[in-house]
Amino acid sequence: MSALAVLFRRELSLSWGRGGGALLALAFYAGVTTLLPLASGPDPERLAALAVGVAWLSLALSSLLSLERLFERDFEDGALELLALGPAPLELVAAIKCLAQWLATGAPLAVAAPVAAIALGASPSLAPLLLVVALVGGLAFAFVGGMGAALALGSRRGGLLIAVIVLPLFAPPVIFGGGALSSFAGGLSWTGGLLLLGAYAAAAVGLAPLAMAVACRNALD
Amino acid sequence: MIDVLHIEGLAIRRGERRLFEGLDLTVRAGEAVALTGRNGAGKTSLLRAIAGLLRPEAGRVRFEGGDAQGGLHLIGHADGLKPGRTAWEELRFQSLWTGGTEASARAAAEAFGLTRMLGLEVRRLSAGQRRRVALARLAASPRSLWLLDEPMAPLDAAHRAAFGEVMARHLEGGGLIVAAVHDPLPVTARAVEVGG
Repeated sequence: MSALAVLFRRELSLSWGRGGGALLALAFYAGVTTLLPLASGPDPERLAALAVGVAWLSLALSSLLSLERLFERDFEDGALELLALGPAPLELVAAIKCLAQWLATGAPLAVAAPVAAIALGASPSLAPLLLVVALVGGLAFAFVGGMGAALALGSRRGGLLIAVIVLPLFAPPVIFGGGALSSFAGGLSWTGGLLLLGAYAAAAVGLAPLAMAVACRNALD
Repeated sequence: MIDVLHIEGLAIRRGERRLFEGLDLTVRAGEAVALTGRNGAGKTSLLRAIAGLLRPEAGRVRFEGGDAQGGLHLIGHADGLKPGRTAWEELRFQSLWTGGTEASARAAAEAFGLTRMLGLEVRRLSAGQRRRVALARLAASPRSLWLLDEPMAPLDAAHRAAFGEVMARHLEGGGLIVAAVHDPLPVTARAVEVGG
């Protein structure tokens, strides 16, 4: 097994357990979507109108939960030095960490999103598109969030700093994904929103590892 | 595989304080160097600069035969082990990540007396046992330059002696060792004082 495959498996295992991992994110997600009827009232029509938007936005916020520990724990326990001195460039290491984070946390949330939306009254016909939007958007959230986590390395109140860095960068994918979903629901062309979301995710996957590697090197220096 | 380490005119500053300047040092295959000096003299910073993790203020670090990315180990104060994973999972990962194999990881575990505790989670290990797991990756991979920061601090006498044997074998095989120490190394080493 190659060193990168070994690293990916390890990161996947750590992501699953990091800060409560996928279960905590799913529990938070279920909590937010369950509380919505309590806050907005039980009127089915009103809930149905909000369902997809809430399912999508809650996913973005839930994906923030375990980001704080993405690099911080490695930085504290010395593993980041070991990773920096490995056979792969730090950029690739950062990308693998984010990919594992997406698979361990983003993918389960993406599967939960259509379930939550339908439970809130959204049309089941939206489910496939919501799943795709959640998977692609989740990839963008993982990489942009990883960049925030790396930039916040070594700082006090890193979680707060990550949110401050990351939330403005979450706005474009939230808009693109929300646009695709509302267009589909309204019978309009939805491919533009999805393509923009895909382009944003591709840019995040391509560029965020560069920033993460620089931030990690600065933190180690 | 790194054969020679050259340090030329190295100066390191941390914040407003210059730790040392004009440091020259050459370490050749089969040689061990013990870095001595008071606390805060810059021994750890020197090791990190050699590893390329810390930017020196002046001077340079040069290798013959290899590079920092694939040619050296740095064992710092933190051991890099994850509390929720087993000693074997961590040792196996660290071995494969640094160019070793599963078989070499098992042999290293045996050399460090870890065989019976490989199934235990790292959180269940004592400080000395954790340090032995971290040190075992040295023997599990073929990297030739070992940068060690107080490597024996939590080890008992028996395991210091065992580590001494591992170090001696590494030097006989053409390895290089640079270690920041307060106690003498269990192998013959040239002492270099850091920070005057």
